[in-house]
Amino acid sequence: MSNATELAEFTEREYEYGFVTDIEADSAPPGLNEDVIRQISGRKSEPEWLLEYRLKAFAHWQQMETPEWSSVHHPPIDFQKISYFAAPRKKDGPKSLDEVDPELLRTYEKLGIPLDEQKALAGVAVDAVFDSVSVATTFRKQLAEAGVIFCSISEAAQEYPDLLRKYLGSVVPHTDNFYAALNAAVFTDGTFVYVPKGVRCPMELSTYFRINASNTGQFERTLIIADDNSYVSYLEGCTAPMRDENQLHAAVVELIAMEDAEIKYSTVQNWYPGDEHGVGGIYNFVTKRGDCRGDRSHISWTQVETGSAITWKYPSCILRGDDSVGEFYSVAVTRGRQQADTGTKMIHIGRNTTSTIISKGISAAEGQQSYRGLVRIAGKAENARNYTQCDSLLIGDRCGAHTYPYIEVKNPSAKLEHEATTSKISDDQLFYCRSRGLSEEDAISLIVNGFCKEIFNELPMEFAVEAQKLLSVSLEGAVG
Amino acid sequence: MLTIENLKAAAGDKEILKGLDLQVNAGEVHAIMGPNGSGKSSLAHILAGREGLDVTGGSVSFNGNDLLELEPEERAAVGVFLAFQYPVELPGVNNTHFLKEALNAQRRNRGEEELDSVAFMKLVREKMELVSMKPELLKRQVNAGFSGGEKKRNEILQLTLFEPRLAILDETDSGLDIDALRTVSKGVNAVRSEERAIILVTHYQRLLDYIEPDFVHVLADGRIIRSGDKTLALELEKKGYNWITDSEAA
Repeated sequence: MSNATELAEFTEREYEYGFVTDIEADSAPPGLNEDVIRQISGRKSEPEWLLEYRLKAFAHWQQMETPEWSSVHHPPIDFQKISYFAAPRKKDGPKSLDEVDPELLRTYEKLGIPLDEQKALAGVAVDAVFDSVSVATTFRKQLAEAGVIFCSISEAAQEYPDLLRKYLGSVVPHTDNFYAALNAAVFTDGTFVYVPKGVRCPMELSTYFRINASNTGQFERTLIIADDNSYVSYLEGCTAPMRDENQLHAAVVELIAMEDAEIKYSTVQNWYPGDEHGVGGIYNFVTKRGDCRGDRSHISWTQVETGSAITWKYPSCILRGDDSVGEFYSVAVTRGRQQADTGTKMIHIGRNTTSTIISKGISAAEGQQSYRGLVRIAGKAENARNYTQCDSLLIGDRCGAHTYPYIEVKNPSAKLEHEATTSKISDDQLFYCRSRGLSEEDAISLIVNGFCKEIFNELPMEFAVEAQKLLSVSLEGAVG
Repeated sequence: MLTIENLKAAAGDKEILKGLDLQVNAGEVHAIMGPNGSGKSSLAHILAGREGLDVTGGSVSFNGNDLLELEPEERAAVGVFLAFQYPVELPGVNNTHFLKEALNAQRRNRGEEELDSVAFMKLVREKMELVSMKPELLKRQVNAGFSGGEKKRNEILQLTLFEPRLAILDETDSGLDIDALRTVSKGVNAVRSEERAIILVTHYQRLLDYIEPDFVHVLADGRIIRSGDKTLALELEKKGYNWITDSEAA
């Protein structure tokens, strides 16, 4: 088959998860002003300090300009056309799965999210976020026995206001950037995790996000605190149904690791990327940052990004504690008209701090992607070490890969390594595989999975399998 | 088994095959020799289904299939195997995984049951002994960082593993030392059987000391210009290709 037809077929592939759940959404009218923010806060009966925090953020956001430094292109976003609140109709939260709207459960089923006993056997607790409100939480009890708090941010505001107040915005301040400020003003829900001193969280924590209601911006807020000598692994997975209009997703994730604590944060993101003409799709503008606050703390980000029309995210680590470790493992796939500008920042402040960055970018069709990374070694960061590896794989001849590494070193004892490669799946490789009996798609999947293996090894088992499947699906028919 | 009639092929504007005829029956070993640029390797790749080489005329029939109509992976499934002169590296792809996926893809295509990991590992270990491959090579990435000899052994391992009906060896002897040549030949001789045909594409008579052909063909300027038994190879070794090409021209 010719290159052109293959590519055309590939770009015309319909989004597998494109369906809409017919549930009446309880939305606020589009528009953003102080009243809307008071309304959001009021509905949730938030404490006064939280409303003040939101209003302060909103005031700051109004002074800010949309960032234009990245390599992504999109028409200007009219923030007054977005509705800042959408929740499923049910007013009181369900006590068990039986109380959850069956329509919602069917949606999750179609997405292959097993929100049931199967998942229980797999040992994963699910905090499913449907639009902006948590609809079901499992394993709360088991976690509570271990002393782990795993709940929605709204619940945390009610039940653990002191913890929330102490840590919210302490890693990503409301002044941090345009979208983080917007999030601080209007965040509707998200996840709160607190792992107490000396506790190893007994299971992987997992959240699936979905965006469903039309024209609803989703502003998730995630806050994870691992106290001294504790451990937690958190999985975040996302898919969204098909929409014609671009939907904005501006989340903020804050991680805090105290002395000897470890946080592993894994993401598989498969939001609607838009159609073959670049119409629709999610704008994924996310601020993710971890603070290695204590000595010997360890934060590890692993992400597999295959969806969204535009991805703009830089999960970062501030290595404040001595001997702390930051890691960033990433696979990003862009195809069709997708754009991704992603990477990380590793800020070394403490002594003997170590960071590792491994970024794998795959571009197919007309996909464009950039790796943008900053490694900064502060003056007092004695013996800091960084290893960076950026590999790009091109499929076809209309896509692009770009690498922008920034390095700032203010301490002469630092050791940094940077390696980068760009390669293309060659016709020779495909012919070799095919002459051994593999179909072209299997061959691509084999080569791409080989390319990404280092990253998949970092994912928890069940996520790794899902990620491989997702990758194969997203690259079907990618080469002629 | 394989009938090639008046096969013509071109790469871009350049004519490569200019009406090639060849009949290969089950159980036979054919050596195709000829000077550089005569079209030997192109013939091997056309039979395996390489894109970029345009067949402009003629036909190739293989066990009742119109071979030219089949995709490369379908050719593999019906039993055509090409051992590459330059085996391709697949960085990051585990060799065991690759071999298992490939074998099972062929089996699936033929409607046969796939092998599970246990059965596959047993089979592959057996075959590895035959080609004296170090077990570590299974754990490495496909051909990546392999020496020339290791790459060729990996090709022959695939030959013994896939058990094709027709094996085409494209200059498998090139770049091998005597020991490696012996091992490779041992692997090829081990798969030699009444139901299998082998085509050896080679420059040198040397390989034929180890794998004795039933027929030797000389390919020059896109055609087979002479066929004979193994003594033809010996004669070529002594007199060079010009001996035939000149006499043909005359």
